[in-house]
Amino acid sequence: MNEALINTLNSLVSNATPLVIAAIGETITERAGVINLSLNGSILLAAMVGFAAALATDTLLLGLGAAVIVGAVIATIIAFSTIQLRRDQVAVGFVLTLLAAKLADFLGQPLNSASGPSFSKQPIPLLADIPILGHIFFEHNILVYFSFVLVIGCWFWLFRTRPGLAHRAIGERPEAAYARGTSVNRMRYVYTAVGGGLVGLAGASYSLSIKIGWPSIISYNGDGWIALAIVIFAGWHPFRVLLGAYMLSALRAAASDIQKSSLNIPAELLNTGLPWILLIVTLILVNTGQIDRLLIALPARMRGRFQALLKSDAPAALGERFEAS
Amino acid sequence: MQIEIRHIHKRFGSIQANDDISIVFPAGRIVGILGENGAGKSTLMKILSGFQTPDEGEIWIDGQAENYRGPQAAIALGIGMLQQDPLDVPAMTVMDNFTYGAPGAFWLGHSHLREQIQSTSAKIGFDLSPDQMVNQLSIAQRQQLEIVRLLALGVRTLILDEPTTGISSDQKEQLFHTLMELAREEGMTILLVSHKLEDVITLCDEVIVLRAGKLVGQREMPTTKSELVHLMFGQQLTEERRNERDIAQSNIVLQLDDFTVETQRLSVEPITLSLHEGEVVGLAGLDGSGQQPFMRACTGLMKGAGGRLRLDGEDMLGRGYGEFRRAGVAFGAAGRLEEGLIAGLTLIEHVALSQASDHWMGVLDWQKAGAEMQTRISRYDIRGAGEDMIEALSGGNQQRLLISLLPEQPRLLVIEQPTRGLDVDSVRAIWGQLLARSEQGAAILFSSSDLDELVTYSDRILVFFEGRTHLIEDPSQTTVSDLGHAIGGAFDSVQGEHVRA
Ligand SMILES: Nc1ncnc2c1ncn2[C@@H]1O[C@H](COP(=O)(O)OP(=O)(O)O)[C@@H](O)[C@H]1O
Repeated sequence: MNEALINTLNSLVSNATPLVIAAIGETITERAGVINLSLNGSILLAAMVGFAAALATDTLLLGLGAAVIVGAVIATIIAFSTIQLRRDQVAVGFVLTLLAAKLADFLGQPLNSASGPSFSKQPIPLLADIPILGHIFFEHNILVYFSFVLVIGCWFWLFRTRPGLAHRAIGERPEAAYARGTSVNRMRYVYTAVGGGLVGLAGASYSLSIKIGWPSIISYNGDGWIALAIVIFAGWHPFRVLLGAYMLSALRAAASDIQKSSLNIPAELLNTGLPWILLIVTLILVNTGQIDRLLIALPARMRGRFQALLKSDAPAALGERFEAS
Repeated sequence: MQIEIRHIHKRFGSIQANDDISIVFPAGRIVGILGENGAGKSTLMKILSGFQTPDEGEIWIDGQAENYRGPQAAIALGIGMLQQDPLDVPAMTVMDNFTYGAPGAFWLGHSHLREQIQSTSAKIGFDLSPDQMVNQLSIAQRQQLEIVRLLALGVRTLILDEPTTGISSDQKEQLFHTLMELAREEGMTILLVSHKLEDVITLCDEVIVLRAGKLVGQREMPTTKSELVHLMFGQQLTEERRNERDIAQSNIVLQLDDFTVETQRLSVEPITLSLHEGEVVGLAGLDGSGQQPFMRACTGLMKGAGGRLRLDGEDMLGRGYGEFRRAGVAFGAAGRLEEGLIAGLTLIEHVALSQASDHWMGVLDWQKAGAEMQTRISRYDIRGAGEDMIEALSGGNQQRLLISLLPEQPRLLVIEQPTRGLDVDSVRAIWGQLLARSEQGAAILFSSSDLDELVTYSDRILVFFEGRTHLIEDPSQTTVSDLGHAIGGAFDSVQGEHVRA
């Protein structure tokens, strides 16, 4: 295989990583029935704080930790204001996304264009030696490996464990979950915070791995919204989240290639416009049930197995408050 | 196990839902809990099954005072409740629903639970396949799943809230048979909440009656229907029947020829039917048998798939709801608060909205709307004030408002479930209004899951089963139980014909 192509695929995987982490985080939150709409702002603020912390302490892990806390705190504010204060999730999330972005801008000024530590590649012994695939998937930094583990772990959790069953149930039908002894609102806090923590981690993986420093992430501003769209495209399924993030990353690579080939297309349009247009098209396909039709085409025996993967319905209680009795 | 409740009180705001109720439920008995809507039946049962906590009072189980909170705690004590809308997770399989809440390890390893589903359901004559998605089950199967689940959790007292709404006669017989066995052979206590006297009379050993939150009577069965009615309402109601009228002579309002309707899940076989002025046609069938898309297609809310649809002679197939409305078609949706009324608006605002199109450029005349509301409140006996939010009204009053918002003189009135979940008083008020319109020449098409209602008010009944239809020409010759068999697909149990041209 062409070496340039393999290199492209390798960077495609690493560039998609923050999207994967953020979208899995949001999947975890939304599977529990809560919408965290603050992704875009959370990612920016966490990227800034994560970079600042890593710079100040010269410890990458502390940078990650600080970013995770930022994401989790913002998510917890959303959980608190919707569960305790009964505010509208969408409105609160929207306000927070704006607030966090402004805050990042303002507080991040002293950092402007400072250079700081970053994650370096650590090929995985043996696996990296696999022809082609080894280079594409196993010559990365640990954040990328973490995203692989995260996707698989999230799938296992949701579909192969008992607490995961309860997790899905509180997003589908909280009344039924309550009747089975699950503390719906407590678990919603937990999953919202965990999901938000991952969103924060996604922020740090921009500023400590993809576009090191602050405010270099600005060229990825908007990825929070894209991550939200990927969750919908993915039908709230971890494997499809991975697929969606990689597809989007591939589109971006293609767009920048076209741009280099110096056709007379404005760079802005390609960079930011194209992915959005394609997202809208896929969302329309998903929401009109085109993907669900695939299920009907499958032989009955296999339907059960693919049900979860191909289903595109949102968790039925997404965005709904729950109050016991 | 024996349950004794002592002096239970429960208040919601200004409503005393349960007022000093004390009863003993002995083991091995089937007890009916009767009462009109709002009498406090569900509240009492939710208290027993842990969904609600009483403000005052005690629950004694087998001679011991128990203070528990939450349904899980009640199940641990052996009390389980099957809600009217079974509390399952529709987007999951039967297996997942069964597993969730059952004790077990961290990983989902299904094999022994799979056997448990099959053995428990076989034992009581149910047939559940573990890999089916719950959203593809009928209400009866979902009830079976919940019952099997509760039994497997070791429940000794089973509470059922209105379990016979929305299931066929055969399914009801099977359910009752199972309940009878559970009580007789296993010594379980069964509490059946119902407002259907027939159900209580066929199944129960004993009946308690609630009215306005108070326990007003307790009877050993058998007893007479009229006595139970007397206890429920405090007065005797007389059976009413419609006046005989000669409708065959009047003009045809709606003419269907080989009319078909299709949805993603179901296609309804061609229907040929003429609906005359003043005629009332009831649509019977289990949920999802095709009556719902059929009704929507008759109002232009859905497009008919083929054949002809004429309103007063004019071809309407393929036209939209707006044109149907102008042609005199009015539609009342089943979901009162989902489709019919708007939560968050007051009564006056609803009236204003229904007249908005009459006003110059849509500017609302509040004074007129207010006055109009007053006349409707008194005409339709709506208990509420013009400034009340719609969700503050009881179900019966919401439905009265919904009916009052329908046009006064429609040509065709299509109405889904006009009296679902309402008590006898409200049912009569609603039908009084509907029949008044039919006397003035409106044709009425209504659906209902209440077979009594269908037989009482319909001039003809169109039965749906999985998209097939059957027309009963003379419902007065049909018994409720025949109709119950027919909605389960046994069309030969009722006279009449297949509605094929
Ligand atoms: N959660 C609640 N909040 C406020 N009012 C309620 C609630 N549950 C029941 N009620 C009121 O309590 C009364 C009794 O209701 P319920 O027990 O459901 O009666 P039934 O089951 O006999 O129809 C009704 O007036 C109802 O409106």
